[in-house]
Amino acid sequence: MKAADKKRVLREMLFARRFEERCYEAYVERKIGGFLHLYPGEEACAFGVLEAARPGHDYVITSYRDHVHAIKCGVPPKAVMAELFAKETGVCKGLGGSMHIFGTEQRFMGGYALVGGPFPLAAGIAKGIKMKGGDEISICFLGDAANNQGVFHESLNMAKLWDLPVLYVCENNLYGIGTRIDRSTAVIDQYKRVSGYDIPSAQVDGQDIDKVYEAAQIAVDHVRSGKGPYFLELMTYRYRGHSMSDSNAYRTKEEERMWGTRDPIIILRDRLIEAGEITLDDYSAMDTEILEEIENEVIKFAEESPEPSAELLHKYVLAENDPWVHGGAK
Amino acid sequence: MAEIMYWEALRRAHDEEMTRDPLVICMGEDIGVAGGTYKATNGLFDKYGPERVIDTPISEGGYTGLGIGASFLGVRPIIEIMSVNFAWLAMDQIFNTAAKVRYMSGGQLEAPVVIRSPGGTAHQLGAQHSARMEKVFMGVAGLRSVTPSNPRQAYGLLKSAIRCNDPVFINEHELMYNMKGEVPDEEYFMPLEGSEIARQGTDITLFGYNISVHWCTQAAEILASKHGINCEVIDLYSLAPLDRDGIKASVSKTHRAIIVEEAEPAVGVGSEVMAIINEECFFELDAAPVRVSAQNVPIPYNHTLEKMAIPNAQDVVNSVLKMFGLTG
Repeated sequence: MKAADKKRVLREMLFARRFEERCYEAYVERKIGGFLHLYPGEEACAFGVLEAARPGHDYVITSYRDHVHAIKCGVPPKAVMAELFAKETGVCKGLGGSMHIFGTEQRFMGGYALVGGPFPLAAGIAKGIKMKGGDEISICFLGDAANNQGVFHESLNMAKLWDLPVLYVCENNLYGIGTRIDRSTAVIDQYKRVSGYDIPSAQVDGQDIDKVYEAAQIAVDHVRSGKGPYFLELMTYRYRGHSMSDSNAYRTKEEERMWGTRDPIIILRDRLIEAGEITLDDYSAMDTEILEEIENEVIKFAEESPEPSAELLHKYVLAENDPWVHGGAK
Repeated sequence: MAEIMYWEALRRAHDEEMTRDPLVICMGEDIGVAGGTYKATNGLFDKYGPERVIDTPISEGGYTGLGIGASFLGVRPIIEIMSVNFAWLAMDQIFNTAAKVRYMSGGQLEAPVVIRSPGGTAHQLGAQHSARMEKVFMGVAGLRSVTPSNPRQAYGLLKSAIRCNDPVFINEHELMYNMKGEVPDEEYFMPLEGSEIARQGTDITLFGYNISVHWCTQAAEILASKHGINCEVIDLYSLAPLDRDGIKASVSKTHRAIIVEEAEPAVGVGSEVMAIINEECFFELDAAPVRVSAQNVPIPYNHTLEKMAIPNAQDVVNSVLKMFGLTG
């Protein structure tokens, strides 16, 4: 990654961090309802992979921990926040919520709340790409615990069998909700599990964006060149509980402290400072600017947006005015 | 107008739509090289090739999800699940994604997939290959559910389902693929919503769908010839949405209703039709509506017990006679 890109990505990652922290506050203020799964600690995964890919061109699909992936794909943050506030200006008009952020214009194909559900959808998107003859790839972000679902194996089998252009990115944060990976999963190293399908894979430090980017470039090139699927495992950690309703009592302070010393934003920041690209003051100024932007543009927009109108309740259940429902256009 | 078999009607619909639109594909177990368990895709592999006529692994959740994902990009997959009993394995993808994606994305994405699957009690297939699941698929918002009772409907419904932008589940029946019926030679499309009057009558309405329509019409002939009771038979080929107006119109005419289904009664097609009758035309009724359903058992292997477990035309006759205070 070039220095200029790194500076931009540092700002984007910090924006994502502050966005998610502000979501936490808004949830506590009861402005956001339902479930809320936050991403702080894992930023280098989405940003490293998508810097190596072409967000907005490639298709991206993910789980319920989806806000940051959407934003990185170009979905406007204020429309994401408005969705979390359940407003009509939200990306899904308040019908989706935190776990169902969509941005088809940006080819962000959505966040899905059933663990493992997106694996076959991503393969299907890849099948669609192949049929239409484009050079896009299908990128599927999911957590480590999703790999214990049957559709993980079903999807890898088909992706390899038909050489579909799909990149599976495992964000291994070591926990499936509150159960540590060694208590749920027979083979801890997820990248090894795909060898049974003859799919190339790699495991890298998910806290170091340079390493993620480097590994993702290899993965993306492989998939885009028509060689079939690739599986990338990124070792990472979420700072908060699984969701806002998770007391997070299952982790030790030592473990949390250790991962706190490996913060992806701090790692990138310090690297840029060391290289003389930015100063600590630059970083602080950027942070202040981001906080103001989130408050004055993102939160303000979400706060001031209208509630969805009642007519939305029945809209989008079935296709509107579809002639084939009534026997075709005569 | 030619008389063709149910499977031939399905095959013709597949073929015409695949010729028209290169994004129409079909996928499922054994549908390609092997020609399809029930021949609905027979010969299409040779005509359209492996990229469009896809033999899938035995992997229902996976390939159904894959078809749904492909539909996000405008591909029009026709997914065949060899037996509706296996569709349980694909429920997450059908219910949680296909049926909900347009809604939860605020109209951004839709899943225009067709899922075809046969069910029902055939000949000693045992409990895990004999289920009827219409009642499951008709109960989820965002999913259309249709169930053709003859070749004409099979062709016309599949044609419309392929072009419709909603996910459509088509319940077929193992015993009906070789059923013959008249199918118009020219192209036509069935409405995905509605019902058909299979037999005009004045004294009582028999509601059926798929194979039970035939039990109803057989019963109606017996009742007309032997007992002078003139039954109307309504073919509820669309289960989601159900044709409320059609149900109301017929019951308002005959003032009596019996609903015939092959599945267990609880939370079923019959209970739903009865609820609609109750809501729409309670004061038209001369008698309480009745269900003729399967026994509440998994389907037994033994042929005698198997026949006892599900209703037949004679059960419908007996039920009608009872309602009129008569005996056979």
